[in-house]
Amino acid sequence: MTHGIHKQQVRSALVRLGAAAEAVGRPMAFMEVCGTHTMSAFRCGLHALMPENVRLISGPGCPVCVTAQGDIDQLIELAMDRDVTLCTYGDMLRVPGRMGSLERARGRGAEVRVVYCALDAVRLAQSQPQRQVVFGAVGFETTAPATAVAVLKAQELGLENFSVLVSHKRVVPAMLALLESSPPHKLDGFLCPGHVSVIIGASAYRPVVHKHGVPCVIGGFEEALMAEAMAVLAEQVRDGVAKLTNHYPEAVTGGGNRVAMACIDGVFRVADVRWRGLGVIPGSGLMLRDSLRAFDAADRFALARPEDHEPRGCLCGQVIAGRATPDKCRLFGTACTPINPIGPCMVSGEGTCQAWFKYARQGTPAATAGGAP
Amino acid sequence: MHGNQVAVSTALVPGVMVGDWVLLHAGFAIQRLEPDEAQQTWSVLADLQAPGSGAGGGVR
Repeated sequence: MTHGIHKQQVRSALVRLGAAAEAVGRPMAFMEVCGTHTMSAFRCGLHALMPENVRLISGPGCPVCVTAQGDIDQLIELAMDRDVTLCTYGDMLRVPGRMGSLERARGRGAEVRVVYCALDAVRLAQSQPQRQVVFGAVGFETTAPATAVAVLKAQELGLENFSVLVSHKRVVPAMLALLESSPPHKLDGFLCPGHVSVIIGASAYRPVVHKHGVPCVIGGFEEALMAEAMAVLAEQVRDGVAKLTNHYPEAVTGGGNRVAMACIDGVFRVADVRWRGLGVIPGSGLMLRDSLRAFDAADRFALARPEDHEPRGCLCGQVIAGRATPDKCRLFGTACTPINPIGPCMVSGEGTCQAWFKYARQGTPAATAGGAP
Repeated sequence: MHGNQVAVSTALVPGVMVGDWVLLHAGFAIQRLEPDEAQQTWSVLADLQAPGSGAGGGVR
């Protein structure tokens, strides 16, 4: 029964999208900035169902992918050359750095553990007081509060063998940077990330709408919600308005999760940090506050400052910026595959290249749009 | 979750009670959900899982 209602919901959203797209007439490009949206759109075939003049492109939404190569190298150096147990999220393990990946480091004897939750790393440190445990903290505002809680927990427990290597990022400054980059990025609207928005709140996107006049619609992850969000974006373009629309109100509030935001604010300060493909973006990162520097692994283990470089021939940087699609990369599907990834967008289960490899190798979403896949 | 038991931190959603529905992310509850909305989400997920779709999604 629910299946029928659900199908009907998708169908009517696509009808609305089609009508708006026809009224607009010109090509429109919307961007999502969330790895889960990337995968969800491909998995449900949304690209092929959309009108020919509507494109949904992937932006800097995959946390592993946007992590600068230098930061990846720093994590690998830490695991290889310092006598520590490195804990991090699973996606990070296979990202290649200058000296191989964390997975290869583990093969050579480094102690690297996958954790699902930042607090697991704290518990590990607690259970092995003689061993230094480092949590490699990546991700957007969705995982930053988890890292913050972990650091506060370690402080409360007085753990001297726990530290974090932080490369947390903030989504909105990256969206603004894309719009302010040169040559200018012509985007007709953003499909804003669901879970990030749960934390930062809908109002965080106001600068994008007010400063740049670009519509922002916060959307959920399943196909009907995504199709509806696309329809709302296209209707805004048709009507010549730019509004902030919260289309995921069951989880996202205007102000976000204030407890989580207070945790972030208590532990981190806003900093200018480097993104893969986007360079250094002002105010786009989170670093430990000076009062918590005792927990900074870069300090504790005297890690070299990360140097930036990109794997030769890899277009991940441009893919993340939404300026190239994976099929434009000469490594895609030949030298670079999910089994032997060269760039992070092919490694991550939320990466654009992996999504294309899985779902669009026989034809690009644009080529199949409007027709049978 | 559908018979699975998962230990998560509720540090970010103070005041949640046994029986409440929450949205999970990387081992943390990040938002409390209304029961009917949570049920709706489950039914949509059940639809998606129906024929041959893999379990997907990321943790971040």
